[in-house]
Amino acid sequence: MKSKYDMLVIGGGPAGALAAKTAAEAGNTVCLIEKRPAIGTPIRCAEGIGKECLLEFIQPDPRWISADIERARLIAPNGTSVSLEQENPGNTVGYILDRKIFDRELVWQAAEAGADIFVKTRATAPIMEGGAVRGAKVMATGSPADIRADVVLAADGTEAQFARWAGLDTTVPLREMMSCAQYLLTDIDIDAASTDFYLGNDVAPEGYLWVFPKGERTANVGIGISGRKSRDGSRAKDYLDRFIGKNFPEGKTIEAIAGGVPVCQPLPCTVADGLMVIGDAARVVDPLTGGGIGNAMYTGKLAAQVASECISAGDCSKAALMPYDAEWRASRMGKSLERNYKVKEFFIALDDKKLNVLAESVASVGLAEFSVSALIRELIKRNPKMLFELKALKDALR
Amino acid sequence: MSTMLRINRDKCGYCGTCVAVCPEDALELIDAYLSLERDCIACGICARACPLGALEVVHEE
Repeated sequence: MKSKYDMLVIGGGPAGALAAKTAAEAGNTVCLIEKRPAIGTPIRCAEGIGKECLLEFIQPDPRWISADIERARLIAPNGTSVSLEQENPGNTVGYILDRKIFDRELVWQAAEAGADIFVKTRATAPIMEGGAVRGAKVMATGSPADIRADVVLAADGTEAQFARWAGLDTTVPLREMMSCAQYLLTDIDIDAASTDFYLGNDVAPEGYLWVFPKGERTANVGIGISGRKSRDGSRAKDYLDRFIGKNFPEGKTIEAIAGGVPVCQPLPCTVADGLMVIGDAARVVDPLTGGGIGNAMYTGKLAAQVASECISAGDCSKAALMPYDAEWRASRMGKSLERNYKVKEFFIALDDKKLNVLAESVASVGLAEFSVSALIRELIKRNPKMLFELKALKDALR
Repeated sequence: MSTMLRINRDKCGYCGTCVAVCPEDALELIDAYLSLERDCIACGICARACPLGALEVVHEE
């Protein structure tokens, strides 16, 4: 471990890995630290990602693809199922990854590009000088060290403590923290090509329950509920156990995990002097789906591109790093986050009865396009009586 | 009487959900160990958010 790098990356998930790889390829000296003793584990993820989203960054490899997904099904409280197929049946629309292998592959690529990688090494504080971040104090397997850098990228996920220590408020409001639990269940009857989303206030209040296939008879069966709905006896784990007891009583649990997914709006500003915040730490998780892998890779890569220019120019001030913040907000991802936040706010306010009505209205319709906007347009078209309520949705599409 | 946060380490899934909602930055997840700093105000927000029910605000005489 050197005492000075061009870039220091805190966290070895997809955001940190893409950032480290991109910056190293641009010729910078890069250090990536991961506090856990192994990259990719324990997973905190349902492991789904859209095909387009993935292909932008890496070619699919059977070593870390658990399942090819052809459709999604939304299951309303009364059991009405809305199937989202795409035009050509049998085509892949997304994947369920094996994050343990996938994350390693990404960090491997960063290492190959020349980045230094250290596991079981955690940041304990930013090194601050004149209000600017100049590196981090770290604990590397029990030995304290200082790592200085022109720019630090905070990629420390949901916990997002590094940016907080540097003065940015990353606290997630309770109601916008999805409290999640998930089992990897095997020996269960599933549609191995479909991601299933169960909705309803008795199933998953202000969230959803998912069954994401990991193979023919294996799936990530998990749930996210709003933190404000979480109480003793009605926590994420309780809802999940009830669902599994009813639907997969014979299932065998291979892995049990918990986690928090921030579904709040992104940080008001994702840069500071000497600091950039990327991935889940920047709160760029899709607030509707809870998906964060693609956005993590996108922000990681973009931040590293902007940082590379700033390092070369010898100016990593907030103003110099700002193009990163401006560009992701103006990007397709930024627009989609904005829209899906409004869509999420609409759906969590719906009672089960209205959810059933909406689901029934589109259940028999073949949706030609696999997208949130196509679904919303169809809902608006088919529910003229709910025009008033649907106005918020309509506005979200603008 | 004082209030404090009790961590049930047998239930804790060391997932860090509590860390992100803590308004005082009083919790830190160090690998599989959730550490509680002195700044805890026993507000109970973390206990609400915990997916597994591993946290509890207790009142002691």
